[in-house]
Amino acid sequence: MTPAVAASQIQERFGIAASVTGAELGVVVPTERWQEFGEFAKRTLGCTYFNWLTAVDWKEQGLEVLARVEDLGAPLVVTMRTRLQPGATHCSTLTAVFRGAGWMERECYDMFGVVFDGHPDLRRILLGDDWEGYPLRKDYAVDTPHAPYR
Amino acid sequence: MEVKGPVPQIPPAVWTEFKDLQEWEKHRQQRPEGDKHSALFEAVTDGIYNFPGGFVVTSLADGFLNWARKSSVWPVTFGLACCAIEMMATFASRFDVERLGMVPWASPRHSDLMIVSGTVTIKMAPMLKRIYDQMPDPKWVVSMGSCANSGGPFRHGYHVVKGVDRVVPVDVYVPGCPPTPDSLMYGLLKLQEQVAEFQKTGARPTPTELP
Repeated sequence: MTPAVAASQIQERFGIAASVTGAELGVVVPTERWQEFGEFAKRTLGCTYFNWLTAVDWKEQGLEVLARVEDLGAPLVVTMRTRLQPGATHCSTLTAVFRGAGWMERECYDMFGVVFDGHPDLRRILLGDDWEGYPLRKDYAVDTPHAPYR
Repeated sequence: MEVKGPVPQIPPAVWTEFKDLQEWEKHRQQRPEGDKHSALFEAVTDGIYNFPGGFVVTSLADGFLNWARKSSVWPVTFGLACCAIEMMATFASRFDVERLGMVPWASPRHSDLMIVSGTVTIKMAPMLKRIYDQMPDPKWVVSMGSCANSGGPFRHGYHVVKGVDRVVPVDVYVPGCPPTPDSLMYGLLKLQEQVAEFQKTGARPTPTELP
C-alpha cells in the first residue's frame, strides 16, 4: 500500500489528516482510539512490523506516547502518537495487537510511568523492583541521595 | 472483533521465596565490624607481642606474612564495563601481571583482590557487595577508572553509583577513562606497597579525617 492510499484510508476511517513525508506517515491519534488505530494499522494498512514504542514528557502539557509500525515490503512507515491529558498516565495497550509491544510498554512504564491498561504483566523491566519514581520524567530529581548506594 | 491478549506462561520469579539467601545475608550482616579474624588468633598474637622481647617474633612474622601476601595477590576475574578490556590486557602476556605474583582467579572464594573495572549501576551494587563478602579476609579493592572512582561521565545519571567506595572500602584508586594497562599496573604496584605495610591481623587502618 502506498503512503498516499494509506493516508486517504486513515482520513476515511478516523477523520485524521496524516502528514506524509516520503514513505513515512505521521498520525496524531486520540487516546481513546489508540488500540483501534493499532489494529487498523496492522490489519488494513499491513504494518505488521512493530518497531518501537516510547514516550515524551512535555512537562505541564502532559505525556505523549509514540509508536512506530512498519510494512517492510511496501515500504510504509506509520508513526502513531497520542497526547495524554496533563497529569494523566493511562493509555490503552497495544499488546493485544502486537505481542512485541509487551516489553516496550513495560520499559515505557518503567521510565515514564505510563500505565498501559490491559497489559498482561505490567511491572518494571530494567530498574529494580524497589525503585522510586520514573527517571526519564522531566521532574525526576536525579542527584537526590537515596539509600543505599546513591 | 475480539482480540485476545497474550497470556504469560512463565510465572515471575519471587525472590523473597529464596530463604537460604536471606539467611546467608543476615548472617553476613551480623558479623562484627573491625577485625574480622578470630579472637583466639588475635589474643595469641597480642600475648606474644606484650611478652618481653616478643615484638621481635611478631615483627618478623608480620614481615614474612606481608611478604607472602604481597607476592601472591590474586585478583578475582570480575569485569564490569570497557575498563575490563584494559584489565584483560593487563592480565595478558604483553603486560603480564603474573610476574608480580598475580593470578587472575575465577572464584571470589580464593581471591584477595577485587578490581572494580567499570561502571557500577545501582542494580549491580548488591551483587558487587556480595562478591566482596564472599572473598576471604584479608582482601583489597582497586577502583579502576573514572566510573568506579566517582561515577565518571555518568555521575549525573539516574542509575549509577557515584563511586564504588559507597559500596565497598577501596584501597587504591586508578584514574583514567579507561586507564591504560600501565596505569593499572602502577596502581597494583602501589597496592603491593600498601600490603607490605599491612598490620598484623587484617584490621583495616582507620582513614584519617581530612581537615
